Amino acid sequence: MSDEIKKITPPLTDEMVEGLNAGDQVSITGTVYTARDSAHKRLIALLDEGKELPFDMNGAVIYYVGPSPAKPGQIVGSAGPTTSYRMDAYSERLMEVGMKGMIGKGARAGHVVDAMVKHKAVYFAAIGGAAALIARSIKKVEIVAYEDLGPEAVRRMEVEDFRVVVINDTKGLDLYKMGQEKYQIA
Amino acid sequence: MARLALFFGEFMAVREIKASDITDTVRMLCIEANTDLGDDVIQAFEKGLKQEESPTGKAIFTALLENAKIARDEKVPMCQDTGFAVVFVEMGQEVVISGGSMDDAINEGVRHGYKEGFLRKSICDPFTRKNTKDNTPAVIITDIVEGDKFKITIAPKGGGSENMSRVTMLTPSGGKEAVVDFIVQRRQEAGSNPCPPVIVGACIGGTPEKAAILAKKALLRKIGEPNPDPELAGMEKELLLKINNLGMGPQGLGGRVFAMAVHLIKHPCHIASLPLAVNICCHASRHKEGEF
Repeated sequence: MSDEIKKITPPLTDEMVEGLNAGDQVSITGTVYTARDSAHKRLIALLDEGKELPFDMNGAVIYYVGPSPAKPGQIVGSAGPTTSYRMDAYSERLMEVGMKGMIGKGARAGHVVDAMVKHKAVYFAAIGGAAALIARSIKKVEIVAYEDLGPEAVRRMEVEDFRVVVINDTKGLDLYKMGQEKYQIA
Repeated sequence: MARLALFFGEFMAVREIKASDITDTVRMLCIEANTDLGDDVIQAFEKGLKQEESPTGKAIFTALLENAKIARDEKVPMCQDTGFAVVFVEMGQEVVISGGSMDDAINEGVRHGYKEGFLRKSICDPFTRKNTKDNTPAVIITDIVEGDKFKITIAPKGGGSENMSRVTMLTPSGGKEAVVDFIVQRRQEAGSNPCPPVIVGACIGGTPEKAAILAKKALLRKIGEPNPDPELAGMEKELLLKINNLGMGPQGLGGRVFAMAVHLIKHPCHIASLPLAVNICCHASRHKEGEF
């Protein structure tokens, strides 16, 4: 794993995504959109009906998070990543319409890893459970859709130096496997 | 407050506890559990930081220590997933609750705690997924015990780690080896999902439902506190070594500390069965107790 920190700002292009490798430390500044289980289901339903999505998916980075409510004076409550495999069923459809990045925690299914190679997209992990710390890199939050879903609503977040690591890249590599191979004791 | 009540023609002392006092305590414990990580967990992070060989793993421990400090100092939840409110009650049989039912009092406390503490409401209908909007109902597990004390433990647990729980019915022929293999395999399969470094709770024996409750209860033991049963203490050591030798490390990114502790409980079982329940807890091992 390299010590260098790669800085990126969404929307991401094919070239930007291809320049990221499993194990890279990345600092994201700019816009990310939040969506979890129920929001994904609704986004896919819109695609099925041929309707427009509530935000521009081209080059978008989706952060799998349901923040806790903001206290008075706070921009956002605690906001760490949720487990990603629950979004596996929906991710390829979103890559087909332009999604380039996903932020969550935990391994993705093989078909999602393959889809990232095919559609040129990456999967990042943020530190699961470091939610109060991560909230400090979120500078602005606005609900863009599905307010009725409460914590699961789709939010536009402006982030600054949001630290993540590349788990799956466009070459089909997987940091979870690489990391384990390095430290496993047979 | 002590009172005399007439039971079967004889007077005996009973202790009265007000439902409203239970509500207040639950409200406070919900907030405290989600914002103030126990010292045993903080110490386990510090130990992990020393023990960890991977630079990424070390950076994760440092981030977790900082996160816990922010949460404690600013009274904000350490994790956005403030969990299902799981409530363990040990109610002395000489206690009577006045002014309402115990379950209602507890749920009212959860309702207030999650609202006033700005904690996330994560409970929904299993099919419609419609949120109950106040994080109720709590899961309440009550044991009636001797005496006149009323002890309440709040153990909020996030969905990510809870989803990694399993109950299995092994065959008695498999013995200890099958138990160890299943726990290690479950930990491996769960990977990064339950937010490692984790605490692995497991119950061997009982019935499927008894084992599931005791596996969760095993997580309440302080990290570093030895198992009083030497046989189980030995198994915990063996399991921790095997799990950490997987090399999956903090957050599953590779390293030495994939689990900080393994906590086992044993319970007698049917001659035909060898039940095993595994409940993995994320690094934010949250629980707070109150006693009347």
